[in-house]
Amino acid sequence: MKLKQTVLLGAAMAGLLASSVTSAAEEQFIGLPSYRVGPYAAGGVGIFGGWIDYMQLINERDGGVNGVKLTWEECETEYNNARGVECYERLKKKGSTGNTLFQPVSTGITYSVLEKVAQDKIPMVTIGYGRTDAADGRVFPWVFPMITTYWSQASAIVNYMGQKEGGMDKLKGKKIGLLYHDSAYGKESHAIMDKLAAKHGFEVIKIAVAHPGNEQQSQWLQIRQAKPDYVVLWGWGVMNPTAIKAAAKTGYPREKLIGVWWSGAEEDTVPAGAAAKGFVAAGFNVAGANYPVVADIKKHVYGKDKGNMEDKSRIGSVYYNRGVVHGIITVEGIRKAQEKFGKGKSLTGEQMRWGLENLNLDDARLKALGATGFMPPLKITCADHEGPGKVKFQQWDGTQWKAITDWVESDRPLVRGMIEESAAAYAKEKGIKPRDCSKES
Amino acid sequence: MLYREAGQFKASYAEDAQIFPIRQDRIGFWLLMLVFGVAVPFLASEYWLKAILIPVLIFSLAALGLNILTGYAGQLSLGSAAFMAVGAFAAYNFILRIEGMPFLVALVLAGLTAAAVGILFGLPSLRIKGFYLAVATLAAQFFIVWALVKFPWFSNNSSSGVVTAQDVTILGYTFATPEAKYVLTFLIVAFMALLAKNMVRSSTGRAWMAVRDMDVAAQVIGFRLMRTKLLAFAVSSFYCGVAGALYAYTYIGTVEPEGFNLDLSFKILFMIIIGGVGSIMGSFLGAAFIVLLPIFLDNFVPMIFGDSLGAGFVSNFQLIVFGGLIIFFLIVEPHGLARLWQIAKEKLRLWPFPH
Repeated sequence: MKLKQTVLLGAAMAGLLASSVTSAAEEQFIGLPSYRVGPYAAGGVGIFGGWIDYMQLINERDGGVNGVKLTWEECETEYNNARGVECYERLKKKGSTGNTLFQPVSTGITYSVLEKVAQDKIPMVTIGYGRTDAADGRVFPWVFPMITTYWSQASAIVNYMGQKEGGMDKLKGKKIGLLYHDSAYGKESHAIMDKLAAKHGFEVIKIAVAHPGNEQQSQWLQIRQAKPDYVVLWGWGVMNPTAIKAAAKTGYPREKLIGVWWSGAEEDTVPAGAAAKGFVAAGFNVAGANYPVVADIKKHVYGKDKGNMEDKSRIGSVYYNRGVVHGIITVEGIRKAQEKFGKGKSLTGEQMRWGLENLNLDDARLKALGATGFMPPLKITCADHEGPGKVKFQQWDGTQWKAITDWVESDRPLVRGMIEESAAAYAKEKGIKPRDCSKES
Repeated sequence: MLYREAGQFKASYAEDAQIFPIRQDRIGFWLLMLVFGVAVPFLASEYWLKAILIPVLIFSLAALGLNILTGYAGQLSLGSAAFMAVGAFAAYNFILRIEGMPFLVALVLAGLTAAAVGILFGLPSLRIKGFYLAVATLAAQFFIVWALVKFPWFSNNSSSGVVTAQDVTILGYTFATPEAKYVLTFLIVAFMALLAKNMVRSSTGRAWMAVRDMDVAAQVIGFRLMRTKLLAFAVSSFYCGVAGALYAYTYIGTVEPEGFNLDLSFKILFMIIIGGVGSIMGSFLGAAFIVLLPIFLDNFVPMIFGDSLGAGFVSNFQLIVFGGLIIFFLIVEPHGLARLWQIAKEKLRLWPFPH
């Protein structure tokens, strides 16, 4: 490969692109398509910071996974699909066994490399974004939309409302506003909300907010007129604090305004100031630094001045902790795969896929990791690449997020039915024969 | 010394009118074609083909489209990305909805669809000029992306609005490998660039340039403004549309409306400004510059500074250098890289005895 590049562009460029990995010890390479500039940078810095810090923790505290050191390299995508594809191609052959796990942290990039990962045999984990129907592992063996998907989230939010009202039957006749970012991301909520509305007998009022969403007067006027019992805020970026502030101005109770997980970080509430007090948001991870896993990162990583975050006050924030979840799943996938394919050995992408497919983070395992209550227990199977589909609801008390519920379930049969239907349509369009999961070991 | 045209006589009209009148240029051109058309597919790695060469070719085509409109016909446009989106979604729908639709026909139809939309949004150009026209084309940018998200029919009711491009099959052969996709892209782009070059050298191109330089004067001497301007919009959108379809089918593999946002339109505009407004070659140089420089910096900057500065700094520093280099090139040569190349050629003709 190096020769080809030399021929093509001369030795100088080849030197730049040649892999810099020289260590002889066993290593496991993880490519990180990060974004630290551009419109999504606030989230990217936190997520990738937490993720890198967790891998650093494993290297520093445990000496790697069973002695296999984790190595990684960042590649700046600016949340741009084309740059993401370039990063994917650049990272995939690095390290001794190539990139073994790809987590784009961008729905657009997820779609762009969806078919490439299957060809290259690199598992892709998309936590809380990406293609929802990829949860059907029979059709998408290489894609893992873990923990929960947008559809599960919408269903869990409705279940939370049911809890608040004192029973799902009490939702009958209620009005639920859906204030969504007018993009593919926001529209992902429509089909599931319509199904849930039909099932529970409530009415959905869909209100679009054009990107970027820093002007929402007419939308909130509409909400004021319709007087919905709850408003789901399916937003992103500047749209979130604007909505919270507009809710305060309109006199809409913040306790009834429920954000999705891309609306429920400190970056969304702090700019809204006092107006955000009482705002509720769903999340598959919680905020807070008082978990043993975060304390360990502070001790072993930041104690040795090897931390990734420049702004240390963000340790324990929603996005940072989400990055730690990414790290935990990466490392536990490696650990599981090593149990089968040899402890202390570098894994290939195919082996890593097996590890992820057999991942089982039960309460005992989470306790050992120091992450009890930090993320929901997770069990992945051949057919089910999603897992529990549970979210926790947190409320902003003016200074920080406080969990107000336990893990709230989604309507599994309904969501799973939609996932299977959609995945089957994809399989038909693409001519994919779904795997027979009873034959997988 | 080597680059001398002494002794090369033009004995026929055909020789006089050819694209490269100087023999050395012709040899250089065919060598370049051989390298990129034959050698590169054999030698380049998958990474180079998929992540660098294919996007450069596709963005060159888009820049070429905008250059026809802005550089040759003088109509400023900020809607190039939207026309690419039209092309991408049109190709997807033609292949999806018409049984047995050949890929190349779908590509042409996608271009024609984009051309039709381009004419529609080109209508204001008959009344308004310059920056005001840019604002009118900005409407195209927002309207088209909005419409593609709003009406699920375009994305075949995909819940996320993202569609996956079908396989590219021509005469039973499926273009699946990066090499095959590269060759296909290369051939289409080379053919369309040749077409564009001849178009701008013909009466059509001359009409565009007359309108660009002074539309009242052009009208006075008999050019029909409406026809000329709308033709420029149509041809430009056709090129952008084909580029968009290639972007979906030979490069990314998926289409989502948000991918074709205003940022991309600006990027294409910067390509022609950096490369050279009113130059076919400038479109290619500009696209290469804008696509390759960030990738180069992303590799290069961490190599110099290592991990000592933190990833956040490195990412931001790249943007600073990128911006700085754009300003540097514009100060050194406001007419773009193509002009630099032209100056180099003139100097080379005299070298090594400039007097």
